[in-house]
Amino acid sequence: MTGTPSPSRSILRWLPLGLVALLGALLAAGVWLSRDPGREKLPSPLIGKPAPEFALPVLHEAGRLVSSDDLRGAPYLLNVWGSWCPECRVEHPVLTRFAETKRVRVIGYNWKDEHADALRWLEQFGNPYWLVLVDYDGRHAIDWGIYGAPETFLVDGDGIIRWKHVGAVTDAVIRDELVPLLDRIERAQ
Amino acid sequence: MRVILASVLALLLSLSSVAVPALAQSNPNPAPLEFRDPAEEQRFHDLVLELRCVMCQNQSLADSNAQIAVDLRREVLELIRQGKNDAEVKEFLVARYGEFVLYRPQVKSHTWLLWFGPALVLLAGAIGITIIVRRRSGNAPVPPDDSQEW
Repeated sequence: MTGTPSPSRSILRWLPLGLVALLGALLAAGVWLSRDPGREKLPSPLIGKPAPEFALPVLHEAGRLVSSDDLRGAPYLLNVWGSWCPECRVEHPVLTRFAETKRVRVIGYNWKDEHADALRWLEQFGNPYWLVLVDYDGRHAIDWGIYGAPETFLVDGDGIIRWKHVGAVTDAVIRDELVPLLDRIERAQ
Repeated sequence: MRVILASVLALLLSLSSVAVPALAQSNPNPAPLEFRDPAEEQRFHDLVLELRCVMCQNQSLADSNAQIAVDLRREVLELIRQGKNDAEVKEFLVARYGEFVLYRPQVKSHTWLLWFGPALVLLAGAIGITIIVRRRSGNAPVPPDDSQEW
């Protein structure tokens, strides 16, 4: 070859190394993101939108229907659960502690369960709910964008979905996310 | 950026079959869907192949046995029967579960890199090669050394 390479040429020589480094950084970022335990949670497009309209039967009272309009006026926490759901067992004590503060109405959303199983489950572990709504065939759950249990929604007094948590609610989630949001909602009212 | 990285990651993950813990109740014997005619069945199958199972995430709605996938398949068939076209069925699911349900996301400002990224990389490669080739041919080529024996 002839003489010393031109400056632009030496940049070109480092180009493959740069590309490999870039690719490496991208993969590392991917690995780093994959360590997030919440990586499979889907953001709900319903946040900030009105909760879907429903009229669902009540678990403990045969024949009684409760509609979305009946719940207007004050915020409520809607917790999706099923007796078949192991994670619901995990969050149950946390939810019970929160319900005992009587901060908001905690409403159970019994999803794709058997009536007798649901009743037995609440009898065995305790019933933290102000009211339990039942969706046996899961039809209304699609309107809520529910895809697993447990999932928890906060709906404000105007019927707007303000928050959603996928997976078991923990004390930290209640302290860091739910309570500050409730404070904000109450101040605004 | 996070969306893009997540998309790349999803792509990588989809190449390997990763076992995902089943959070949803799995129903071993769902009642099979009944179709009115082969055309409806074909349309249904084409549609559920393009929709992602929201629970399993690396399977289409057609492949998944998760309870929610069973429910959503039923819902899709119901929407087809209501006379909704494919775009309307997709809109229905996107409104509830987000754009994640689409295997082919819509072209929007936050998905353009996903759509056009590969073409941009190809273009960059082509430009790079062109520059290198031009440069090589611009320099006086080394004359072949005929005396060399191979």
